[in-house]
Amino acid sequence: MESIEYFLLLMGAIFCAYRATVSKRILSSTLYLACISALTSVVVFMLGATQVAVMELSVGAGLVTVLMVYALSVVGEDALDPTSVIPKPLAWGLVCAATILLGWMAYPAIQVTIITGDVDLASVLWQSRVLDVWIQIVLIFSGVMGVLGLLSERTPGKMGEMQK
Amino acid sequence: MNFSALNIILIGIAGLLGIGFYGLLITRNLIKVVMMLQILIKAVVLALVFAGKVSGNLGLGQSTAATVIVADTIVAVVGLALAVQVHRRFGTLDVPKISTLKG
Repeated sequence: MESIEYFLLLMGAIFCAYRATVSKRILSSTLYLACISALTSVVVFMLGATQVAVMELSVGAGLVTVLMVYALSVVGEDALDPTSVIPKPLAWGLVCAATILLGWMAYPAIQVTIITGDVDLASVLWQSRVLDVWIQIVLIFSGVMGVLGLLSERTPGKMGEMQK
Repeated sequence: MNFSALNIILIGIAGLLGIGFYGLLITRNLIKVVMMLQILIKAVVLALVFAGKVSGNLGLGQSTAATVIVADTIVAVVGLALAVQVHRRFGTLDVPKISTLKG
């Protein structure tokens, strides 16, 4: 029963990913991306990672979708994806080769199950991986500052006025 | 978790990664490039949690997945802001056209 649930959820995610890739309208792709986030968060929740599932659902399906729709509303009618430069059969061949190689390398890894003592997320984050927390804080701060700088309208300074 | 569920999740991760790579190869729109990166990151988050579950150390898998989600969100936000600025400056989001423009 558990296998069927995983199968349905992951096939739904793969279908949404395919539709997001081939769809010409980027707004449709954005909605498919939100569906992938929701389905992935359900799978992550079923695997037992509840905190990550909540983060994925709120950030991936919520915040990123809102940002994408905002960006699309700014760029307007230009949001149609043109045809690709690379021939599609060549792209499919490369992707199939890469996926088979990845599966060949990753498959033996799951055959060996190493059971170690599980520690809860709070202990791992605040004791073993405290550097990650600091990196996350710096990333969020730099991301906010970067966006403020990028989205601000350029105003002519004194040099520009003097040149005029 | 039984063996077939492990296989199904591994196939799902490989499928999402493959479609993300395919999208990166064929897409020309700058916003859609960010979107394809998002699909790749979702596969990676799933793989990290799955690896934590299989190795019996779910807390470590969750912590690395949380870091990846934060970094991915910053990448998406900055990428979209860059796309908006590129559209304001060049009037297009087509990557081959942008790469041939000067200024």
